[in-house]
Amino acid sequence: MSNAAAVAEHATHHHHTSTGLDNRKIGLWAFIGSECMLFGSLIATYLSYKGKSLVGPFPHEAWTSPQGETFPAILDIPVTSASTFVLLMSSLAMVLAHNAVVHRHKPKVTTTDRIIGNSSLWLGMTALLGLAFLCFQAYEFTAFVHEGLSIGTNLFGSSFYTLTGFHGAHVAVGVLWLTALLFIDRKRTLQPEDATNVDLCALYWHFVDVVWIAIFTLIYLIK
Amino acid sequence: MADNVSHAAHAEAAPHEEHHPTWQTYVKIGVILFIITAIEVSAFFIPAWETSRIYVPSMLFLSSLKFIAVVLFYMHLKYDHRLFRALFTGPLIVAIITIISLLFLFDQLSISF
Repeated sequence: MSNAAAVAEHATHHHHTSTGLDNRKIGLWAFIGSECMLFGSLIATYLSYKGKSLVGPFPHEAWTSPQGETFPAILDIPVTSASTFVLLMSSLAMVLAHNAVVHRHKPKVTTTDRIIGNSSLWLGMTALLGLAFLCFQAYEFTAFVHEGLSIGTNLFGSSFYTLTGFHGAHVAVGVLWLTALLFIDRKRTLQPEDATNVDLCALYWHFVDVVWIAIFTLIYLIK
Repeated sequence: MADNVSHAAHAEAAPHEEHHPTWQTYVKIGVILFIITAIEVSAFFIPAWETSRIYVPSMLFLSSLKFIAVVLFYMHLKYDHRLFRALFTGPLIVAIITIISLLFLFDQLSISF
């Protein structure tokens, strides 16, 4: 057997454990569990330090600089709401990409069937929406720095940038993973046998989404 | 022997993977997520709601609904093996307890008798 054939056979072979479950999926769920505790501790840190910054800028309250200038609250809810919608819709696109790969061999009669069954379209859209979310975050961070909030300014800056920065880094990893899947799909069309590979990426992506659901409410919407 | 156990377990686990929702259900969940987020954002800009005592509980409730919808339907925990549920909910409970404990420790929450 050639090396390439062996690799191809290994790629399509199911990695089942004595539980009957795919070991990669068990591993990813365990990883997601550990990530729950990571983000839980980061959110706990942010909330513990909430309202304890000695100097501004503050998230929800106006503040006056030592020079006597008054600045509004720093969090921009309309912009963050837009980025939240973007991330939520990327989760929808991701689940449709997985659905398209699982039902690859289903006959596609109508235009709707063809659109829903186009995995490249949904994978590309998920990656693009993830990239759009990162652009929103870059815009937000830049605006904050211009308004005088850096990671060393106060407790709010330290805990806010650490939490949202970690989340942004996870989104960036997700975008890279999605781009790799899209590249494979364009090259050799992902088949139902590849569904677990797409499922792993989807689980990671949805987890990043649920973390943002918590961050958006706890950090942005609750004063 | 081990192979038999593995095949039997796989045969038991396999049906879980086939009961995923249709794309119509996914789109419906997407619309629900969109509507809940719109309600949350609107609430932030409605002073009567934003300053009321129900604001924080209602925000936490709405956000929990979104969280649960994504985890159950998009992450397929509703249909997948219970081991995955345990791997997720166990650490999630630890994380929630950590958050609540730290909030008490740093005087962000208090109970008065």
